[in-house]
This record gives sequence, structure tokens and C-alpha cells, in this order.
Amino acid sequence: MFDLDFEPFLVSFKLAFYTTSILFVLCVPFAWYLSQTKSKIKPALEALTALPIVLPPTVIGFYILFALSVNSPIGIFFEETFGIKLVFNFTSLVIASCFYSLPFMVQPLQAAIQNMPKSLIEASYICGKNNFQTIWYVILPNIKPAVVTAVVTTFAHTIGEFGVVLMVGGSIPGETKVASIAIYEFVELLDYESAHIYSFFMISISFAVLFCVYYFNYKQRAKYD
Amino acid sequence: MIKLNIEKELFGSSGQMNLEMKLDIKQGEFIVLTGVSGSGKTTFLRILAGLEKIDSGFIKVNEKVWIDTSNNKSALLPQKRNIGYLFQDYALFPNMSVLKNLTFAKNDKTFALSLLELVGLEELKDTMPSQLSGGQKQRVALCRAMISKPQILLLDEPLSALDLDMRKKLQEDIKLFHEEFNTTTIMVSHDPSEIYKLSSRVLLLDNGKIIKDACAKEVLLKTSGSQKFSFEGELLEIYQADILNIAVVSIANQLVKVVLDSSQAQELQVGDIVTISTKAFAPTISKKRNS
Repeated sequence: MFDLDFEPFLVSFKLAFYTTSILFVLCVPFAWYLSQTKSKIKPALEALTALPIVLPPTVIGFYILFALSVNSPIGIFFEETFGIKLVFNFTSLVIASCFYSLPFMVQPLQAAIQNMPKSLIEASYICGKNNFQTIWYVILPNIKPAVVTAVVTTFAHTIGEFGVVLMVGGSIPGETKVASIAIYEFVELLDYESAHIYSFFMISISFAVLFCVYYFNYKQRAKYD
Repeated sequence: MIKLNIEKELFGSSGQMNLEMKLDIKQGEFIVLTGVSGSGKTTFLRILAGLEKIDSGFIKVNEKVWIDTSNNKSALLPQKRNIGYLFQDYALFPNMSVLKNLTFAKNDKTFALSLLELVGLEELKDTMPSQLSGGQKQRVALCRAMISKPQILLLDEPLSALDLDMRKKLQEDIKLFHEEFNTTTIMVSHDPSEIYKLSSRVLLLDNGKIIKDACAKEVLLKTSGSQKFSFEGELLEIYQADILNIAVVSIANQLVKVVLDSSQAQELQVGDIVTISTKAFAPTISKKRNS
């Protein structure tokens, strides 16, 4: 089994790392906004955020493909200004993954911020701190379990992507061929042994990751009780 | 020092009401806001702190405009008002030690330590808030509110969750800080002895309006005319003992029995709020416990 090609796993992890980092930076302010706003567009934003949970990944993949293709305005703009194509490469995978995993980052963060005592946020304002300082020094340290849940499930969910990746990435080795696609291809080629090994790897990694999250949260809860 | 005239529509448990307040507060006053719950006391404090908006009016502090709805400028942010605010639930940051809670508000370790020393908590400076008792938490929160030497200190029923001894200790701390730093203090309280001990002026609120603005004695003492004693309480039970009707009334967490005549017994119902007063007797007073 050691002559097996592990590159698809590396691509999966690289993709998950980029997606999680980008989403964390974007979603902390977004979750903060959603938790604080009384605006009428809040339900609409929440519904949009939750869409990737209910939609088949192919739908998201299809529209992203459509929006970023070389014939679309966005695609033409990027091609002409930066000389880069946005589909069938690693960049397109990252963009698609960010949409696909969005709810897994936003929802735990938003729920945790909403559940925080309002007085802590107000106390921080009265201590002279602005929103950024309040988020960084007061909110994030006090919702650690939610931050860990959000980051890890986003990471794990990206590793587990299939449909979206298939639609916008194709299966270019070393570039867009992730582990889940590789398994699919092994099965198509009737190479069950490799499919078994890859699948077992996926299960082990996923279990280990999820176990770590739940164990961390269990420990955190024990600390405050 | 503080001049204000504000209006705000509120939707409370008793339906819609209008908070309307016009006030002049002098530097160094200790004002207590009292009144039934839902009368707008906490909202008023929050408006002063900038945590709540108003519909119309203005607040000026030392001639500086904090908010004025007649010009189109936005209100001064809570961060810029130089106030101290003591929350009912303490609102200490759980992720910071006692000392860090103070230095987060103002990075002055020496002053933070001297404040903690004033309230006798310097030894707990490295403790986390979750390990403190309610009284200790509120004293830390008080120190945090004072560290930026606020011109106005706002206290929202800060002692309501504490037992009697701890209340007394904290009342002394609040008084000490008020005098030491010459702040203007505004506090919400329901406790008559607390109001009596601390306040220089009491505002009685009802339905969003100030219905009495006077010293503690005038607002709190309920006797009128030749009455010597007068207490308000809730009627809990009326029962018959031989030919007498006896009423059990709860007054400030103590139960008393009063004999009723038959017409009163018919007129009164359990749950009524009643006044018990008497004219001709000389009460005796004796010490039960040292202060």
C-alpha cells in the first residue's frame, strides 16, 4: 500500500486549510453583524447562509461554474485584468468551497455570540473598546468551544466535499484531484483495494478530528461547571 | 453638570409607555432612582450610558452635548462618555483575571492595585472571576468602573443579588468611592435603608415619569398626620379565631398578625396591598446585633 499516491489527500488538506482560513477571517465579522443587527434583511442573509446545507452540491457547483466561467462577466474580468482563469483550477475549488462550507463557519459563531450575556459586550464598550477590540479580547476568548467547532467542522466538511469539487474542479492530478474524487475514480476503475484504503483513511481522519472537537468541548464545559 | 430633557417610547410588560424626563443634576450628587419595576429606571441609566437611543431630546454634560436630536449629529458613543457602569450581573470578563479585568478598562496597574486594596481584594488579583463570590465579583466590577475615574458612575441595582452583610460592606465601598473621587453617582435601588444611607436626592419614577424629586426622608417615610407608624404590606390570609378575624400581612419579609373587625374582614381580600398604621403607643427599641 505504500506505493499509493497520497497527493489527493494533500490537495484535500491544502484546500481545507485555505477555505477554513479565508472563511474564519470573513465570517467572524459577518457572524458578529448577524448577531447584533436588527435589520429586516437579517432573515434573508441567514437563509442565504444556510442554503448550502439544503441544496445539492451540484446546484452550487453549477452556478459557481456558470458565474466564474470564461464567458461570464466575472470570468472575463479576471482573465483580462489578471490573466487567470477561475474554473478548473485550485482557485476555483477554494472559491466554491468557501460558498459550500459557509454555514458551518457562520452558524456556530453567530449562535455563540448571540448567547453571550449582552452586558459583557456593553461592559467592553464602557471600558472604551471599539467593536474590533471587543470581538478580539472579549468575544472570541469567551466562545472558544464554538470557535473550535466552527473551524474544525468547516475543515472536516471541506475535506468531505465531492459534488461541488467535481463540478468546478474537474480532476486534475495535483491541482484539483482531491481524495473524495480519487475514491470515486478508483471505484469506477474497479480498483476496490485502493478505494478501501483511501476510504479507511478518510474515516479515520474524520473520526479523529470530530473526536478531538467533542473532547475539547467536553473539557471546556467541565471547566466552567 | 448634567442637563437633560429626553423622551422615549417604551414597550414594557404593562404595555406601551412614554419615558419623559427633565432633569438638572449637580456635580457630586448621589441620586437614587426608585419605583416599581417597569417604570423606566434601568432604561434611563442605559440612555445615559449611550447603550440605548432616545426618540427626542438632549443630554448635555458639562456643556458638552452627548446627544441632541434637534441637530443631526449622531450620539456620543458609550466609549467616549467617561462613565462607570455597574451591571446587575457584574459583567466581569470570564477570560481575564481580576487584575486584567481592571487594566482592560485602563492600563494603569498601580492604580488598579490601589483600588483593589481599598476594597480589600488585592490578594485575589490573579484569581479568575468564576472563583469569586457574588460580593467579591461586584467589588471587582466596582473597581473596574472606577479605574478610569469616571465623571458619572451609574449603578443598576448592583446589590440586589447579595445578602445583607455583603450589601452593607458594598454600600460602604460605593460611598467611599463616591466621596473619594467626587463622582456624580446615579443608582437604581429598591432597598429603603440603602437609599436612606447613600442618597442625597431620590427620584421616584412611575410609568416613565418622575413623580417625586426630594430627599430620602420625604420620599420614603410613609407616615402622614399624627400616625407614628405606617407600613405597607401584602395581605396573605384572613382566618377566624373564636369570634375574631385575624389578618396575616407580610411586611418587608416579616409576617405580622392584625385583628380585623367584621366589616374589614369582608372588604379585604387576600393579595390586597394594605397599610398598617398606629397612633397611640410608645414603641420600644432594643439592640439585637451590633452593626
